[in-house]
Amino acid sequence: MKASNAIVKCLEKEGIDIVFGYPGGALVPIYEALRTSNIKHVLVRHEQAAAHCASGFARSRGKTGVCMATSGPGATNLITGIATAYMDSIPLIVITGQVSSRAIGKDVFQEADVVGATEPFTKHNYLVKDPEDIPRIFKEAFYIASTGRPGPVLIDIPVDIQKESISFSYPGAVNIPGYNPTYVGHSGQVKRALKKLKTSKRPLICAGGGILCSKASKELKTFSEKAKIPVVHTLMGIGSLPSDSKYYVGMVGSHGYSFSNRLVAEADLLMIIGARVGDRATAGFKLANEKTDIIHIDIDPAEVGKNINTTIPVVGDAKNILKQFIEKIEALETEEWVERIKALKNGSTVKYDHKKSFVNPKEALKTLSHMVDDDAIFTADVGQNQIWAARNLEIIDNRKFFTSGGLGTMGYSLPAAIGAKLGTPDKTVVCILGDGSFQMALGELATLCETGLNIMILLFNNNRLGMVRELQDTHIGKGKYFGVDFTANPDFIKIAHAYDIKGIRVNTNEELETAFSTALNSKDSYIIECMVDPKILTNL
Amino acid sequence: MLSVLVENNSGVLSRIAGLFSRRGYNIDSLSVGVTENPDISRMTITVTGDDYILEQIKKQLNKLINVIKVVELKPEKSVYRELILVKVKAHAEDRTVIKETVNIFRANIVDISPKTLTVEMTGDAGKISAFVDVIKPFGIIELVRTGFTGMQRGGIKITD
Repeated sequence: MKASNAIVKCLEKEGIDIVFGYPGGALVPIYEALRTSNIKHVLVRHEQAAAHCASGFARSRGKTGVCMATSGPGATNLITGIATAYMDSIPLIVITGQVSSRAIGKDVFQEADVVGATEPFTKHNYLVKDPEDIPRIFKEAFYIASTGRPGPVLIDIPVDIQKESISFSYPGAVNIPGYNPTYVGHSGQVKRALKKLKTSKRPLICAGGGILCSKASKELKTFSEKAKIPVVHTLMGIGSLPSDSKYYVGMVGSHGYSFSNRLVAEADLLMIIGARVGDRATAGFKLANEKTDIIHIDIDPAEVGKNINTTIPVVGDAKNILKQFIEKIEALETEEWVERIKALKNGSTVKYDHKKSFVNPKEALKTLSHMVDDDAIFTADVGQNQIWAARNLEIIDNRKFFTSGGLGTMGYSLPAAIGAKLGTPDKTVVCILGDGSFQMALGELATLCETGLNIMILLFNNNRLGMVRELQDTHIGKGKYFGVDFTANPDFIKIAHAYDIKGIRVNTNEELETAFSTALNSKDSYIIECMVDPKILTNL
Repeated sequence: MLSVLVENNSGVLSRIAGLFSRRGYNIDSLSVGVTENPDISRMTITVTGDDYILEQIKKQLNKLINVIKVVELKPEKSVYRELILVKVKAHAEDRTVIKETVNIFRANIVDISPKTLTVEMTGDAGKISAFVDVIKPFGIIELVRTGFTGMQRGGIKITD
């Protein structure tokens, strides 16, 4: 079998039915193999979007996403997408074409050391030197990407190797001596944690994206209800516990709710599950009280003790460990604590002087939350739109929320929404972005059109980079703005029309419901452009 | 000092070196070579840092797929050795003294020229610095060291 066919066969063996990519000279043999296969190829307009699409796909489908690009600039364009997935622990297989193996190191046309360049942003990567290694490498790559703490794995394949002939047999198992993730929590540690929980008067769970990676939302809900422990969550942990759950509190961190942050400081025991205690989630590592007991549950031992001192570490898969806890836990006496939380939460409202000539993003997102399905998927970009969405969308029931949490990559939400829709075509997908982030991925509107699928794009347009503007305001001095105004933004509705996408511009809150209703009931993609007051703050 | 068992393929060294520079850890010395199993190499890495940094380095190294095992070589439970080559000025009148010094340290003269001697010396950190101190007054032309290599004392194996 030709190596290029073997590569496609490996993808089929792994159950891959869609790949996102952009072709080029070093991928021609693989593209020929793809042409004659049953795998659907989605042609993006920029390689970075291929990685983001694969990420959205992976997150909606709950399995590994695949993207590919050619050697040199194709591969380097992918890197931001790979790094985005790496920071958020999204399982991806990234295939890059490489120049002919004989030419490597000679600085030939479109050559780049992609394995070297992606070392810091991949869970692992391979340069294929012997075509016979292809089945083993693919088997290992898929295994590494999707197990333990998930992440992107890159396979760089020289074009001459793609053309060689190999004897194909796909391995049934992998043998990687240096890779053995821990899945089950150490029973002694679980016992110690249970003992600590029993004496806690003010316990608090902080749920991170790890809950979603390990598909442990149900277990988290059961545990919090059985033990009567309130739950806060990180940005990546949005959706780990439906926001209409009994013990749901809200998001923590620099852009979290102040009541959530206050509770973290007041808690006598903090149970961190599947979160890496990032600076944004802890408002610069300052949130938790030094006297607070910390139980840290994570599948990646390197995250335990990295950013916060841990009283009791439990390494393993969140789902398994929560099951271990559910089995043994009894209801804690937290009534007083829960009442305090309710009081704090009810007393918290952020005031905004509503202006008639603009849309209030909070209002828009609350209205949207009441109108979309219970299993809708939201993608949010980076900037004010991300935080507005994170704070104001109601992620109830089976709704999902995808955003670039770790790397904070602008231009993520549109390709991620396309990937998410392709992953789960029956679900409503809403892409939330700002005028800055939209223009980083504008070309992907064509990708969207080619898929024939419909998503709703909710654009908050303030004709500037609102979050940077706010940073300049608070850190440099009132009004000292520089480089944040888009003085020649295009007419986004006209752009929509150019792609044959429908679009409505909304200037007031009163128009929101009709606009959303039209978009959500349409068979076509829709752009709802909300005109937003440039002065409006992030933590709305 | 860390002893690290890794898969013997190209790129491993770059991954490990990259990890150190990326996270701001300092490598004082690093030596590497193949083990009794040709598919596996073993590195000895000397690092400076407090307990927190050492713990982080161990965990981050363990995360690398090509790293099979990481063991900390505690001074009291391990043997370390380093090999140095010193090219020293050796005028006729100094040759006997240098030779005596070399013998005392159980070092070897491995090369000779009309004006120099090249000495090979193996030892732990203390012995090496003592030797260098003694030989320095003669005039060191150049000095090269392999970096420490080490293993645990007693019957245990790194993979145990």
